[in-house]
Amino acid sequence: MAVCIAVIAKENYPLYIRSTPTENELKFHYMVHTSLDVVDEKISAMGKALVDQRELYLGLLYPTEDYKVYGYVTNSKVKFVMVVDSSNTALRDNEIRSMFRKLHNSYTDVMCNPFYNPGDRIQSSGSVSLSRAFDNMVTSMMIQVC
Amino acid sequence: MEAAAAAAAAAAAAAAAAGGGCGSGPPPLLLSEGEQQCYSELFARCAGAAGGGAGSGPPEAARVAPGTATAAAGPVADLFRASQLPAETLHQITELCGAKRVGYFGATQFYIALKLIAAAQSGLPVRRESIKCELPLPRFMMSKNDGEIRFGNPAELHGTKVQIPYLTTEKNSFKRMDDEDKQQETQSPTMSPLASPPSSPPHYQRVPLSHGYSKLRSSAEQIHPAPYEARQPLVQPEGSSSGGPGTKPLRHQASLIRSFSVERELQDNSSYPDEPWRITEEQREYYVNQFRSLQPDPSSFISGSVAKNFFTKSKLSIPELSYIWELSDADCDGALTLPEFCAAFHLIVARKNGYPLPEGLPPTLQPEYLQAAFPKPKWDCQLFDSYSESLPANQQPRDLNRMETSVKDMADLPVPTQDVTSDDKQALKSTINEALSKDVSEDPATSKDSNSLKARPRSRSYSSTSIEEAMKRGEDPPTPPPRPQKTHSRASSLDLNKVFQPSVPATKSGLLPPPPALPPRPCPSQSEQVSEAELLPQLSRAPSQAAEGSPAKKDVPYSQPPSKPIRRKFRPENQATENQEPSTASSGPASAATMKPHPTVQKQSSKQKKAIQTAIRKNKEANAVLARLNSELQQQLKEVHQERIALENQLEQLRPVTVL
Repeated sequence: MAVCIAVIAKENYPLYIRSTPTENELKFHYMVHTSLDVVDEKISAMGKALVDQRELYLGLLYPTEDYKVYGYVTNSKVKFVMVVDSSNTALRDNEIRSMFRKLHNSYTDVMCNPFYNPGDRIQSSGSVSLSRAFDNMVTSMMIQVC
Repeated sequence: MEAAAAAAAAAAAAAAAAGGGCGSGPPPLLLSEGEQQCYSELFARCAGAAGGGAGSGPPEAARVAPGTATAAAGPVADLFRASQLPAETLHQITELCGAKRVGYFGATQFYIALKLIAAAQSGLPVRRESIKCELPLPRFMMSKNDGEIRFGNPAELHGTKVQIPYLTTEKNSFKRMDDEDKQQETQSPTMSPLASPPSSPPHYQRVPLSHGYSKLRSSAEQIHPAPYEARQPLVQPEGSSSGGPGTKPLRHQASLIRSFSVERELQDNSSYPDEPWRITEEQREYYVNQFRSLQPDPSSFISGSVAKNFFTKSKLSIPELSYIWELSDADCDGALTLPEFCAAFHLIVARKNGYPLPEGLPPTLQPEYLQAAFPKPKWDCQLFDSYSESLPANQQPRDLNRMETSVKDMADLPVPTQDVTSDDKQALKSTINEALSKDVSEDPATSKDSNSLKARPRSRSYSSTSIEEAMKRGEDPPTPPPRPQKTHSRASSLDLNKVFQPSVPATKSGLLPPPPALPPRPCPSQSEQVSEAELLPQLSRAPSQAAEGSPAKKDVPYSQPPSKPIRRKFRPENQATENQEPSTASSGPASAATMKPHPTVQKQSSKQKKAIQTAIRKNKEANAVLARLNSELQQQLKEVHQERIALENQLEQLRPVTVL
């Protein structure tokens, strides 16, 4: 269960960022922002090789005392960043992978909607949200905090 | 003076009406129960038609305060004319009731007018004193009057109130997409005197009336030609894009009628629990026609951008449209198939009528349900392709009839028009027949006639190619060369497939590089042969070609280096076929098919022999490669075994130590 999930566009601006409300959201925003550097580093490291050989899942980007940050890049350079609690040791690598896969699928579904312009924010607010399915999926992945 | 007196009477009557007076008390306007009900119902109808729920059912008529609810001039004039009174009398009545003075038909004015009409029909002079008398109800030739008509049907009226906004908004949203509709709407107020009569018959024709019926029909028939002519010159100026002028008003009316009958259908379905989400037959037809206007092949799908442009015209907000898309695009592929399109369209229509969007796709809008419930589209497609006068064609004239009779934006109450249609059919047969041929081939509801006309032959070719493809697939298996070789995914063996293909297409009249999933034909394979230069490069190229492996490129992997002499011999033929291939690819499979087979047929036998020989050679090469690979892997296996043995030895040595 993630604590924060973010979708970042190719130009490194956030398309969608959502964290558990109890925590200081700004802290998560900062963590995601700093993780972008690590993502770029990982991408460029394999950049010499063909894009096909680069794996989408980047793995653990960097650990902090309380949190671990995982990254995932799509072929169109859209990045997914996930922050999980360090104390949550039950979370294994393949589980993180599956979560990223679900994220990717939901993101593709949002893309398929012709009314969504790539580069727009994935609206999670409003009376009629632009991407209700995406929202619901993310909610299911976040830690349920009552 | 009369006007002043009438105004005073109107004011007094206003008080009475506002107080829900049932005809008793001081106010000069005395209405009996029956009169009260009748008038309020008529008023509700006229007012409702003016734009959505101005009035309510009879029980709530008392709440209608003068000035808050007004009956539109159109239906009111319509109603008055239906009373069969001379125009001058009607003018007088209008003056007397005070509508002229105040400028609109409030409840009081309307009631007074009705009373005056009753008076006039009874032969009394049109005076304000007349309204004090006990009079029979005003008779409207095209109206359900005489009091026996369903007053006690609030459900119906409620249903109508729902449908009226449905009708108007639907029309507003989608008819605006048609050019002529726009003008129609703007011009309708001016045209209402002419146009309303045709609409009145269905409006007031709920009950098959005996006495008024024949008159109704005759009047309807007389009136019909007039609005057409009136419309045509008005519609003409704008009618550049659509078909002939004769079809345009009919088409517009068809669309109006369609929505009108949709309204009727909605009323029929009001008993169902999920009424707003159930697509009726008429709606389905309309949606299918709209779909066809965007995409001629009903079994194919509409791309996202096309659908986006189309739905944006409905003037809903982007988030709402996006949400509707999310709901309706069940497989999330960015395209809408016909049931998905119908569901999306229906949701948009419902939203425009004020229904909140559902949280999830209602069961009646699921694509499977829609496909099961309405298997029509394919059928319609075939029918349209064949231009046959089968059931949908029969429905078309019925729709046209209905369209021609009703038409109006301000539909008061949906009326079962079947009674009218059968009768009007004969009356309007001439106009129908003219329009029918065009309408059968065109979509009545669309303005893009030219597109749809062009689309027809295109859809024909689509269906024909699909049939041919199906045939081809069926004929594919029995080919002389052993098929199993196709399973070889190795580079060299791929050549075999391509080589063996030549025999296959010989039998089929080649649909050349038809749309995906068809095995390549000989001609493409031969052209492939030509394109390759040498044996070895071909071998190496084959893997990359295999990697491409898209169905459209099925020809590519089949590289073959037939022996040089063979290739040389094939070259001229291959060049010929190669030349043909691009042209066929561009012109379309159907036309390509005819050209291809001719050059190839003669060379089949010799090619087959060569093909077999090359196939044998390829097999041998593949065998060699595989054998080499096998030996290498065996080597590796041995090494790994040895490593394992060494490790196990170490483990054994260590273990006794720990145990001790």
